[in-house]
Amino acid sequence: MATQAKKTQVSMKVNGVEVDGLVEPRTLLVHFIRENLQLTGTHIGCETTHCGACTVDIDGLSVKSCTMFAVQADGSEITTIEGIANADGTLSALQEGFRQMHGLQCGFCTPGMITRAHRLLQENPDPTEEEIRFGIAGNLCRCTGYQNIVRAIQYAAAKINGTEFQEAAE
Amino acid sequence: MIPGHFTYHRPASMADAIKLLSDLGEEARPLAGGHSLIPMMKLRLATPEHLIDLHAVEGLKGIRQEGDNIVIGAMTTQHELLASDVIASSLPILRETALLIADPQVRYRGTIGGNVANGDPGNDMPALMMTLGATYRLEGPDGVREEAAGDFYQGAYFTSLEPGEILTAVSVPAQPPGHGYAYEKLKRKIGDYATAAAAVVLTMSGGKVATCSIGLTNLSETPLLAEDAARAVIGTVLDDASLKRAAEAAITIMSPAGDGRGPVEYRKHVGGIMVERALKRAAARAA
Repeated sequence: MATQAKKTQVSMKVNGVEVDGLVEPRTLLVHFIRENLQLTGTHIGCETTHCGACTVDIDGLSVKSCTMFAVQADGSEITTIEGIANADGTLSALQEGFRQMHGLQCGFCTPGMITRAHRLLQENPDPTEEEIRFGIAGNLCRCTGYQNIVRAIQYAAAKINGTEFQEAAE
Repeated sequence: MIPGHFTYHRPASMADAIKLLSDLGEEARPLAGGHSLIPMMKLRLATPEHLIDLHAVEGLKGIRQEGDNIVIGAMTTQHELLASDVIASSLPILRETALLIADPQVRYRGTIGGNVANGDPGNDMPALMMTLGATYRLEGPDGVREEAAGDFYQGAYFTSLEPGEILTAVSVPAQPPGHGYAYEKLKRKIGDYATAAAAVVLTMSGGKVATCSIGLTNLSETPLLAEDAARAVIGTVLDDASLKRAAEAAITIMSPAGDGRGPVEYRKHVGGIMVERALKRAAARAA
């Protein structure tokens, strides 16, 4: 049995703010974000790397923060759902899309969905419906059946690209 | 779920990583992308006392051509494989397979080295590496050695890695222009491990199969090379009878577990179908 490991100092930039803290090596990044930083928008769902509710953006990659240790994120730049809104506090195109298209019901998966979709649209600003579905395959929603989540992301892509949002026929 | 206590190490060189792994012994594990190991640690199925994180080790990432081989650093992620032009043009089956592994978030972190070194029969890359005739570069306290993928897998989570050794690169022979390829994977849902999967690379000459190699994923404790199945189609035009013979020969060597993905008979049955589909699709792609 290992004895209690020494705590390590970590520092990172989260939503543009330099933060630091003392963590045990075994502290998962999601626990550091929720408990040390009190940013509870990032959710803990399955805890087994399936559901994507804990997705955050780390150095330009979508990561399930339940499957990375906080010590591994030392020195990185992280965006959580709390950092997604526009600088003036208004809703980002994605947040507006989820609202307009009813892209959520209970809302539990939404922070992960939006942070994942945020990266997807950075990599592919004009995705097809199929590319959206493939791109959010690591995020589970048990309410919506995904239809309105896909529409919300299409809405956001159209808004960002300055094109007209064409709602798919039922 | 919170893993047990461990001490975290982040060496900057392979020499330091190997020394740590050798000195700390059996209670130390190398950490690559962590998308197999960390979930197992959370379930307390793995309780290493030391983790040696390889992310800061110089020179473990990247894809380069070395003569007739494509050499892929062990810490290259699935996402980086998908973004590589070299892979897309010289080893398109690697791209096709990587797209069927897990989900985007996992592919950003999961590495090819971790995928092939872990010895998990559910992982997709090992059977593909056997099919392609790949070799692994293993570095340890006694130096460097190369091992054929076909000799590496000895049982579930049991490989020929010696104590203190780390898999540092995968070397894959570039496939000839005009080769056909396919990775057919049956899974219950996107992101799942295979219920059954088959990898095929082949070349055609005058409408007949000239060379062929077939690998099987998650149909035994280790990945399998279905050599009799491949022999059954060489020299044929891949008519229904030879496809059936190949599937039957492949089924003979399958010994899957009966689990949540289905009973043994079912998994063998669909394993045969994966072989037939992969052969047909590979042949259709071959020039």
